[in-house]
Amino acid sequence: MLDINDIISGDQNTGARMIRLIEDRDPSAHEVLKAIYPHSGRAFIIGITGSPGVGKSTLIDALIAEFRRLDKKIGIIAVDPSSPISGGAILGDRLRMQRHAADPNVFIRSMASRGQKGGLSRAAKDAVLVLDAMGYHIIIIETAGAGQTEVDVAGIAHSVGIVTIPGTGDGIQAIKAGILETGDVFILNKCDRPDADAAEFELNMMISMRPASPGSWKAVVVKTRALDGTGVKELAQVFLSHYAFLNQEGRLEKKKKEIELRYFQGLVTDLVLEKTMAALETSKAYREALQKIELNGTDPLSLAETVMGGITISNFNSP
Amino acid sequence: MAINKKIRILIAKPGLDGHDKGAKVVALALRDAGMEVIYSGLHQTLDQIIQSATQEAVDVIGLSIMSGAHLPICQKLKAMMQEKGLVHTKLTVGGVIPHQDIPKLQEIGVAAVFPGGTSFEDIIKGINSLFD
Repeated sequence: MLDINDIISGDQNTGARMIRLIEDRDPSAHEVLKAIYPHSGRAFIIGITGSPGVGKSTLIDALIAEFRRLDKKIGIIAVDPSSPISGGAILGDRLRMQRHAADPNVFIRSMASRGQKGGLSRAAKDAVLVLDAMGYHIIIIETAGAGQTEVDVAGIAHSVGIVTIPGTGDGIQAIKAGILETGDVFILNKCDRPDADAAEFELNMMISMRPASPGSWKAVVVKTRALDGTGVKELAQVFLSHYAFLNQEGRLEKKKKEIELRYFQGLVTDLVLEKTMAALETSKAYREALQKIELNGTDPLSLAETVMGGITISNFNSP
Repeated sequence: MAINKKIRILIAKPGLDGHDKGAKVVALALRDAGMEVIYSGLHQTLDQIIQSATQEAVDVIGLSIMSGAHLPICQKLKAMMQEKGLVHTKLTVGGVIPHQDIPKLQEIGVAAVFPGGTSFEDIIKGINSLFD
């Protein structure tokens, strides 16, 4: 087992190997995660999402430079999709951030989604935990940008930035469920393109129509041009002011509790699924059902009912 | 939990040569063989390569070298890997590598050499065989 103290003291080699165990689903990772959990919870976690090609990686590269100027230690988890055909992946986000590769206060880790939906692999959440325990002040998660389903980054980040570019749609794209609700900061990248002002106006209008309760954060639109760093200083400040806002009136604590609750529910769901399926797949009823499907007799809906009907859950005590 | 191990490989081009077509097509072939390929691009310093391999916890570093400097680069990198504790990471190299240099590279500790003209199939087989 890895030495927990090496992780907490920030040793990159040990931290990286720990993240590897997590994504390989190595059984030993669980115990280490439990041990480092009390040492996490200090980092500011930012999620960056948006469609492919809007410039997320380049923007994060510029943000790293900005946060480094403020002497923050930065951890990056960049998630790219795994090929559904081969299971392999090209992880290319690092390419855009490679100028920071030799900076000992920047840790960049690419991850493949390995078949998990929503673009954010379950392992990414645990990897954030490791970087947090290693003492990184700000952790940025970049998610595979498939667009509207990427909202689950909100499930683990304190602040969510949604990157978009001018001229990509009729505005309706932006009202589709999820994207607009979860954004704390809207980043209009490549703002030198035509229609940038119109896009900014449209975004602001959408935001103003969001139901806002008194004392809630009002989402901000920031125009950037990541390639030359235009607007990035402002963007970094907006994230930090959102963090300052969260730090007032117990908002951050509340958010952390929500994240923890979702994490717990996810873990339980995974365990239930795993244990139930393991038991089910060896059961007689399940094997019989498979045979019936093979023989083209019974419909799958009835079969599923039959198989699940045989399951009784007895060792829970309801109040 | 079911163990779900994949080969992770860092593809890097050290030094000044500016031809990365080969590295890119190899990266795609390795992806299609089920590997996770971190592509770090052109003009990488050895420090950047070591740091990237560390943070990405890769099983393999795959260098693409066409400049003729493969011997000193591999020698230096191998020493740095040792020093940084990358003891389980394998070093492989491809590109313009004269055949008479292959034994020298092996002596340095390069796990596999794929000179220009090696088929994708042989590269994939060669990398997989490092983990048999």
